[in-house]
Amino acid sequence: MFDFCSDPATLDGIAWLACYLTTGKHMAFYGAFGTVLLLLAITAPTALAFGFGGAMAARSRVSPLRWLGKTYIAIVRGIPDIVFFLFFVIALDQGIEYLRHQVLCPDWDQPVRQGSDFVVCAAAKMPLGNAPQWVHESYGFALAVLTFAIVFGAFAANVLYGAMRAVPRAQVETAEAYGMSPRQTFRRITVPQMWIYALPGLGNLWMILIKATPLLFLLGVEDVVYWARDLGSAKTPRFTDYPHPDWRMWYFLALLVFYLLFTRLSELVLTRVTRRLSRGQATAGGEAMRRADLPAGPVA
Amino acid sequence: MSCWQTVQDYALRSLGIGERLLPRSDFTLCDQIVLIGSGMIWNVYFGVLALLAGFCLATLLALGKAASNPLARKSAEWFVFLFRGSPLFIQFFFGYFLFLSLKQQVPLFEPFAAASVGALVVLFLNTSAYSGEIFHGALMSVPKSDTEAAAAYGLTGWRRFRRITWPTMLRLAWPAYINEAIFLFHATTLVFLSGFPAAQQRGDGLYYAQYFADKTFNPFVPYPILAGYFILLTLCIIGLMGLVNRRLNRHLPQAAERRPRMFPQMLR
Repeated sequence: MFDFCSDPATLDGIAWLACYLTTGKHMAFYGAFGTVLLLLAITAPTALAFGFGGAMAARSRVSPLRWLGKTYIAIVRGIPDIVFFLFFVIALDQGIEYLRHQVLCPDWDQPVRQGSDFVVCAAAKMPLGNAPQWVHESYGFALAVLTFAIVFGAFAANVLYGAMRAVPRAQVETAEAYGMSPRQTFRRITVPQMWIYALPGLGNLWMILIKATPLLFLLGVEDVVYWARDLGSAKTPRFTDYPHPDWRMWYFLALLVFYLLFTRLSELVLTRVTRRLSRGQATAGGEAMRRADLPAGPVA
Repeated sequence: MSCWQTVQDYALRSLGIGERLLPRSDFTLCDQIVLIGSGMIWNVYFGVLALLAGFCLATLLALGKAASNPLARKSAEWFVFLFRGSPLFIQFFFGYFLFLSLKQQVPLFEPFAAASVGALVVLFLNTSAYSGEIFHGALMSVPKSDTEAAAAYGLTGWRRFRRITWPTMLRLAWPAYINEAIFLFHATTLVFLSGFPAAQQRGDGLYYAQYFADKTFNPFVPYPILAGYFILLTLCIIGLMGLVNRRLNRHLPQAAERRPRMFPQMLR
C-alpha cells in the first residue's frame, strides 16, 4: 500500500505495523465488517416481517394457522438458536435443490438420498456447478440471511405478539363501538399503538442480533471471525513477508472492542428512539414526559 | 449390534469412557440418540456449574452496581458492560487464545486451555454479568416499605440484607432469572464450536449432532434429536426453578405471586 513497504524485512516498529495492517488480506478483513453490517441491514427488516407474520398467525381465528404461529414462537424458548442455524442452512439448501430436482429432472429414477449422499441431477444444483465464484458466495450469504431471518423472526414474533396484546383493551373496544371491522381495528388501532410496547423487546432483540452475527462464521461465510482466525495464526517467514507468532488473541480483542462500541452506540440510539416514541402515549413514560412539558407549554 | 450394546459403548463416550472410535458408517437411530445424549453431559456440566458460581458473583455485582463507593460501582458497571455488550462467541475465542498465551508464560494456566475449565470460566463470567444486571434491576425495585419495616424491627446492616433485602430481591428477580438459566444452558452449545477443541472427540450434544449431520449429510435426524433433549432440559429447568420460585413466594397470597411468563419479552 505504502511505497516504503517494498521490503518489509528492513522495517520495524510503527512502520512495519502500518505495512502489515494494510496487506491485501487485511483489506478483506476490513471488508468483512461490511459483510456483518450488510447482514444486519438485510436481516433486521426481514426478521421483523417474519415476526409480524408469525404474530398475526398466532392471533388468527383459524386454528391450524394459530397453532403454526404459536409453534413458530415457541422455538424461541425450548431450543438453542445455534441448533436452528446449523439445521436450517443445510435443510434450506437441500430443500431448494430437491424442489429444483423435482421440476427440472422429472425423469430421474434414482432416489435422492443414497446412504450418506444427497444426489440431485446436475441441472438442479444450486448454484450450478459452473457458476462463477461470486454466485456461490452470494448464495451462501443469502442462505445465511434467510436462516437468520427465520430464527430471529421467531424472536420478533414473540415480542410483537406480546405487544399486540398489550395495547389497552379499551382502545380496541372503542374502535369496535365505532363500527370498525376486526381488520380495520387491527390496522388502524392495534398496529400503530403496539410499537411502544414492542420497543423494549425489539431493542433487546437488535442487541441479540448484533451479538449473533459472529455465528455467520459457522454458516460458512467468510466473516470477521474467519479472517481474525486466519490472520492471527502464527506465520513463518517461508510463506509471508510478515512473519509473526500467534496473534489471534489480539485480533479477537479487536473484535471484542468493535462489538462493545457497536452495542453501546445502539443502546444510545435506542434510548433516544424510546423517548421519541413515548411522546403522547398513554403509558407511564409518556405521562411523565407530558407532565415535564406542562409548565413550558402554553396554558389554555 | 443391539441398541443395548450401543448404550454400553457410547453412553459415556463424551467423558472418554467406552468405545474409542465413533461410529463411522451405518448410523442407526440408536447410535445418534445415545451419542448425542452422551454429549448432553457436558451441556449440563457447564450449565449447572456456571449457574451456581454465577449466582454468587451476580449478587456481588448487583450490590456493586448499587454501591455508593465509586470504585465498586464503576468496576461492577464495566464488568457488566464488557460481558453483556460483546458476543459470547467472541468471548470464547478471546478466552481460549488468552489462556493459550498465558499458558506459555505461567504453567498454572495449563488446564484453562481445555474446554472443561476455560470455557466454564468464560460462561461463569458471562452469566454473572447477565444475572447481575437482572439482580440489580430487582434490587432497585425492592419496596421501600420493606426496608423501613425491617428498620422498625431493629434489623440493620448485614442482618437486614440477609433476611429482608436479599430474599425480596431474589423473589422479584426470579422469573427473569429462570430465563437467564434457560439461555445459559442454550449458550453451552457454543463451547465446542468456538476455539476450544474437543479433545479425543469428547464433545457436547451439538458437537455429536454436527458430527452425524456432516457424516450423513442429513440434518433432519440429529438436530431434532438434540432439540428434543434441549426441550426436556428446558422443562427440567423450569420445573426446578419453579420450585424455588414457589419457596421464595410462599409467604405471599397466591394472587400476588409473580409467575414466570412462558414467553418473556426480555431475552439475553
